[in-house]
Amino acid sequence: MKLRDLSDLAFRNLREAVLRNSLTTLGVAVGVASLVAMLSLGVGLQQLATSRLARSGLFDSIFVTPKTNLRGPGAGPPATRTPDAKARLLDADARAEISRMPNVVEVYPQIRFFTEVRYDGKPYATMVAGMPESSKVSGAFDGMQGHFFSSANADEAILQAEFAKELNPQTSSLIGKDLILRYAERQSLGAQGGDAAGSGGFSVVPKEKHFVIIGVVETEPASGFGGFGNGRLLIPLTIAETLRAAQVNDLRDILRGSSSDKPSYSSLTVRVKSPSLVEATEAKLKDLGFSAFSLLDISKTLRGFFKVLDILLVIFSSVALAVATLGIVNTLVMAVLERRREIGVLKALGAADRDVKQLFFVEAAVMGLVGGIVGTVIGWLIGRTIAFGTNVYLHSQNLSSVDISSVPWWLVLLSILFAVGVSLAAGLYPASRAARLDPVQALRYE
Amino acid sequence: MTELPPAIRLESVSRQYTMGESVIRAVNDVSLTIPSGEFLALLGSSGSGKSTLLNLIAGLDRPSTGAVIAQGNDLSKMSSLALARYRRQTVGMVFQSFNLLPRMTLEENVELPLRLAEVDRSERATRVREALQRVGLEKRIGHRPSELSGGEQQRTAVARALVNRPKILLADEPTGNLDSATGEAILTLLREIQKNPGMTIVMVTHERILAERFADRLAVMGDGKLLSNGAAR
Repeated sequence: MKLRDLSDLAFRNLREAVLRNSLTTLGVAVGVASLVAMLSLGVGLQQLATSRLARSGLFDSIFVTPKTNLRGPGAGPPATRTPDAKARLLDADARAEISRMPNVVEVYPQIRFFTEVRYDGKPYATMVAGMPESSKVSGAFDGMQGHFFSSANADEAILQAEFAKELNPQTSSLIGKDLILRYAERQSLGAQGGDAAGSGGFSVVPKEKHFVIIGVVETEPASGFGGFGNGRLLIPLTIAETLRAAQVNDLRDILRGSSSDKPSYSSLTVRVKSPSLVEATEAKLKDLGFSAFSLLDISKTLRGFFKVLDILLVIFSSVALAVATLGIVNTLVMAVLERRREIGVLKALGAADRDVKQLFFVEAAVMGLVGGIVGTVIGWLIGRTIAFGTNVYLHSQNLSSVDISSVPWWLVLLSILFAVGVSLAAGLYPASRAARLDPVQALRYE
Repeated sequence: MTELPPAIRLESVSRQYTMGESVIRAVNDVSLTIPSGEFLALLGSSGSGKSTLLNLIAGLDRPSTGAVIAQGNDLSKMSSLALARYRRQTVGMVFQSFNLLPRMTLEENVELPLRLAEVDRSERATRVREALQRVGLEKRIGHRPSELSGGEQQRTAVARALVNRPKILLADEPTGNLDSATGEAILTLLREIQKNPGMTIVMVTHERILAERFADRLAVMGDGKLLSNGAAR
């Protein structure tokens, strides 16, 4: 029999016992709905975590440090240390060279320095951190009070909330106010023409600079890898570099005997076009004579964790679908018993065993298809409802909303195919039983 | 004029069933030849084996021993798929209890063998209308079996049996559920079909008088055996 005729007969048969078949289909829909709802939360949470981490820049970044790290392995008294022939200084020239490497989109130093902030005539000691333009999309500034830096060269400051509360418990009133940054500027002794020029070294000169407070942020955007402490006052990285503020690693320059006015860096953050390019770029950086480190392995572990979570969710939610499968078996076995005479008539009219089997398969597939579609819609609605409830709670806690539920197209397709597949498997026994019916016995059945 | 080959030939056909430890011989060593275009009535009391023999000719059952040769094909050697094709293309069946599918209209009931034979949709409508015209029910095409009388239902069953243009029509007690006038009308219809377009008909019945009036030949069965076989009139 042609598929169209099979489908026509199957729909007719399903309509005949509409209540029973609808309830069976609803059972499939509930099973699929639980599957979709669970997986939508699993996928949603994974996407949320991945996007947050991706936006944080941690997984497309490589952290570069000089190989001659005083704290590194093999360190000891200078006399006993074997110098690494390839080791290079991480200075402005190295930065420029790394910037020219293929697939590198951004190279910036970690600039953090101690400072004294004067606000409302009172001094406050804190740590300043320079923030690159790219940190705007890191997600760390989402939901902040005020706004991000208007430009890379703006004399603007964003305060970390804890520090802002020290200045004024009403943090929102700080926005638009001025503060004075007092810091130690590094000046090369050579530049000053002093006696010590030949031997290297620098002097520090106290300086002041005015900044306008433009925002307050709850998170700690400058607590990333390689820092010497959390930055609680954030300024544009370009401005932070022009300040030439003395940093902790400047002591190392003195020990190394560097008198250059060009800054050297304790570490540089190298961002590449995508996480897939991290490994190759990391290897190239090591070849150039630097130490390089990335968080790609942590990303892989995270993906593995979500895969295990998804598998567990599928197993638990499949229980409902398994129960629904038994419902299909029951409904179709009942249909075979009730329609014995009809099966006999079909066989007497020339239906082959295959035709009868296919008829029951189509009926099972239709229940699976309809159940799969309805279940996917219900599952999506459950996911949205949970996401809505979560966001209502987050808003009540003054936290920004998140989307923890996601039903991508592959999940829709997979759920429907899974429902049809499971239904076909459930139809296997009833269909075989119907096909095996002896037509003579079936025609005698009253 | 060359003689036509027989439509059906039964060669020492037996069909036995095992019920526990006892063996029931429903059909016991029956040999019978039915020429093309003949109207044969199989007579006998209940349990005489006539319906079993009809099922063997229909390809719904297989003989335990012997051969059932229909239109030159030995049914006992056919695969189940080939038997299904034989039932679709070579034979049409009419039953005592009509066996129309209650949720289908007359048109859909009659169309069913055409669907199984994978006849094109465009051709189906024409053939269904022709078949229903033949039995005088073309105006009831959209009705359901429950809206028809017993005679009309049996005429519908005849139309369904004819729609695939079979060479052999098998009728199992076609008048068993009908009053005598309606039964006569059905047999008159079968007789007309036998003459035009020319069809072999095997009818199982226990109504000897009707059989003698309408059939060409009577074959009487008893205890699974063929007791007599001769011209009806």
